Amino acid sequence: MGNFAAKVRRQPRYIDLDLCTGCGICADYCPAIVGDAYRENLALSKAARRDYVQAVPATYYIDPEQCLFQSHEMCRICVSACQAQAINLYEHEDMLDLNVGAVILAPGFGRISEEVLAKYGYGRLPDVVTGVEFELLTSASGPTMGSIIRPSDSEHPHAVAFLQCIGTRDVSCGNGYCSSVCCMYAIKEAIVAKEHEPDLKISIFYMDMRTQGKEFDYARQRAREKGIRFVRSRVAGVKENGKALEISYVDEAGKHLKESFDMVVLPEGLESPRDAQGLAETSGIELNRYDFCRTHAFSPLETSREGIFVAGAFQGPKDVPESVTDASGAAALAAEVLKEVRGTEVETKTYPDEIEIEDEPRIGVFVCSCGTNIGGVVDVKSVAEYAETMDNVVYTDMNLYSCAQNTQETITEKIKEHRLNRVVVAACTPRTHEPLFQETIKDAGLNRSLFEMANIRDHCSWVHAMVPEAATEKSKDLIRMAVAKARGLEPLPEQKLPVIQRALVIGGGIAGMTAALNIAGQGFECVLVEESEALGGNLRRMHATLTGDDPKKLLEDTEAKVRSHPLIKVYTEATVDDVSGYVGNFITSISTNGTTESVEHGVILVTTGGKPYEPTQYLYGRSDQVVTQGELEEKLAGAEEAKGINDVVMIQCVGSRGEDLAYCSKVCCGQAVRNALKILEINPSAQVTVFYRDMRTYGFMEDYYQLAREKGVMFIHFDMDQPPEVTEKQGRIQIECLDKIMGEKIVLEPDLLALSVGIVPSRSEALSKMLKTPLTADGFFLEAHPKLRPVEFSVDGIYLGGLAHGPKPISESIAQAAAAAGKASIPLANGHVTVEPIVSFVDVGTCIGCGICETLCPYAAIRMIKVGKRKKAETISASCKGCGICAAHCPSLSISMGGFTNEQILSQIKALCESA
Amino acid sequence: MLQSFEPKIVGFLCNWCCYAAADSAGVARFQYPPNIRAIRIMCTGRMDPLFIIDALHVGADAVFVGG
Repeated sequence: MGNFAAKVRRQPRYIDLDLCTGCGICADYCPAIVGDAYRENLALSKAARRDYVQAVPATYYIDPEQCLFQSHEMCRICVSACQAQAINLYEHEDMLDLNVGAVILAPGFGRISEEVLAKYGYGRLPDVVTGVEFELLTSASGPTMGSIIRPSDSEHPHAVAFLQCIGTRDVSCGNGYCSSVCCMYAIKEAIVAKEHEPDLKISIFYMDMRTQGKEFDYARQRAREKGIRFVRSRVAGVKENGKALEISYVDEAGKHLKESFDMVVLPEGLESPRDAQGLAETSGIELNRYDFCRTHAFSPLETSREGIFVAGAFQGPKDVPESVTDASGAAALAAEVLKEVRGTEVETKTYPDEIEIEDEPRIGVFVCSCGTNIGGVVDVKSVAEYAETMDNVVYTDMNLYSCAQNTQETITEKIKEHRLNRVVVAACTPRTHEPLFQETIKDAGLNRSLFEMANIRDHCSWVHAMVPEAATEKSKDLIRMAVAKARGLEPLPEQKLPVIQRALVIGGGIAGMTAALNIAGQGFECVLVEESEALGGNLRRMHATLTGDDPKKLLEDTEAKVRSHPLIKVYTEATVDDVSGYVGNFITSISTNGTTESVEHGVILVTTGGKPYEPTQYLYGRSDQVVTQGELEEKLAGAEEAKGINDVVMIQCVGSRGEDLAYCSKVCCGQAVRNALKILEINPSAQVTVFYRDMRTYGFMEDYYQLAREKGVMFIHFDMDQPPEVTEKQGRIQIECLDKIMGEKIVLEPDLLALSVGIVPSRSEALSKMLKTPLTADGFFLEAHPKLRPVEFSVDGIYLGGLAHGPKPISESIAQAAAAAGKASIPLANGHVTVEPIVSFVDVGTCIGCGICETLCPYAAIRMIKVGKRKKAETISASCKGCGICAAHCPSLSISMGGFTNEQILSQIKALCESA
Repeated sequence: MLQSFEPKIVGFLCNWCCYAAADSAGVARFQYPPNIRAIRIMCTGRMDPLFIIDALHVGADAVFVGG
């Protein structure tokens, strides 16, 4: 650990990353037309290509298997077409020798083989498509531009069937596990398809609808409301019937049925990544029985080899939010290993001092041809000549590629030579190129805010290619607008605010302890506040896990580490009374036993947890025979008492999924299976019956569900409108429920009835108000973005992990807590936060102190302060995102936005309406 | 003969979504009429009604807000 030698084979791209401008001319000229593998061969592409527009890096590459030069030593058209001279067809692979301290494996997942798909007619029947193919058909940027057509005849289908569990939960193909994501992605595709074609009839055939993720059941509900039909059945096969596809299935009553559809979608499961065994061998890690990375329930991001971590679906099938979370968590663990060498291989770029600029604007305009991308449509010369005539423009130039390294140097020289104090580049989009040009003008001693772009490529030459004259006129207008704005540009300060290198973790359950240990492990002080008298939270109540790992030991070990860590200070029986400040600079008052202490810290982690739902249904609290799964778990841990348990009934989703709580708690199905197996372990002749709505033993938990069934646990399905009835007769409980397969009521009189109750959030309203971090309708904390920023809040410097975010098993809480710690340690490790110059600025002189801005700011980046006797608004620059909501709503026009002032925007409007 | 009417449209586009979408339209070479001129803002929350009134006042035929 801490010292790995890695050999990395790098395949050639044949196009130089640094020289390629992403213009796409190579692809235009490339004569090798090939199937577009990225679009499942539903479209055509070229050997020289970029797979999709958002690809990183945003440059092209050449596929050697399809390039005519690589296969036949002919062609080379792209080489002469590329004006940036970025193509080298003689490039060969190279080997990189890397010396690294930690390794993260993130090879993703593999695809279910076509052999498995062929069982459902795939490959033989053209209108049987995979989930990935169907998604492409619904995608606006896909091969049909979002038009859903069937491949055989390009007609719009009227009825589509989705068949779930393809290549997954299927022992016959070796994949006994559940792929966790297919139910949800099938629902998403079905909803999108309905949005495109409201009359489309969609039926989803499923075994259990596993929408266990945060808020996923709401999507299922929406799908129902849109008329999507859910059929509980596994489909046996697909047959051709004229132009239609006939599927046969058995319904819940055991009746054999046949039904015809125009199209069948196979939302395939996730396979272990291709060559997982090779990777395991190379890296010296172990795989599980399905060739996914073997991890331990309590260290879900660690492989069997110390210092090698895992993220994403290689750890087990999972969706985007969890993959992104795992990735941050794995990075946090690697950062712990690399603590000693942090910041050692960093080169800091230096810039010349900023020059004092003259009052009179001296604007330089650089018009880019982008090879022929702009120049082929827009008359660049006439545009440049026009720019020269504008007031304050003292220099104009034309560039073949404004972004090329040598042009950057020229721009720097011209700024100095002509004493330019504002620069306009008319080229591509500021979203990708503004930072580059801002660097360039900084190199010339100008403040980077003295820069403006006119987008005459993406918004002009590319989209008006057929009307070159109009495109030229539009380019002139866009440059006139940019110059008008440039006249009013002012240098803006580039602030760096210091960060107090200490974290506050609120909540001392397993998530809070894990996060604190990681942050301290990275070398930062950490204050851990726990409301109750002991650390551990829900872990204190746990006795067993499905995987056989011991939660008691986890608690003991973790608590001991936390208690003994010199950088962690623990407060128990403590509450957070007040939080003020912003990222890098928070002050929190913590009360313990009547004394209040004030702590300064740079970041906050919210790990306040959740607790079990307290049921009132099914005679709970009125009969001794009715317990929760947690209470049953405790009974089973005391072996003597457990031996007397012979006949147990379990009821799933008590209070959950629409009864009291609207959501699924993710853990209860696994808990039920675990307790059922434990009962049978203690007493093999015991009878266990589970009443369930959908068994959500996702991922590798499915193996235990299978095992329970094999061992004779009875699983009986019920619908929400016909739940089991529990009554008490002569001191004994009796359970009545409809068995749909038998078509009759069954009556059971067990020794015990165990209720699977969900997880409810801790009371979080007060904390939510204090931190200005919102809650979901269900009362859990709401992250900034479920996929892109799953462990952060929209308010900077505050992070989220564990049950406070939503119900989840221990392993996911641990991974998420590591992720939150990883994100929180970014400002801690930097030691400062950089403020973008686009932040808002309040004119204290005209501010009337109404506070509208403070109320509206979504980032808690404006606060009211006292200036003399009056209330005034003040921007917290470190938290501001520059959205401008405050400026737009300020009744006294006292707030202006850096680089987007009212005057600047109005000057752009005015310039547009002046004619050329 | 009357010339066909070519409106002058001011577009206020959010940097994070609609402006990015207009960029993507470019990358995909979607062709659309050349009547719109975009003003980039960091969020449509920045939209002050004043901008719309001013645009119409100084001669724009229409205003497009995309966010």
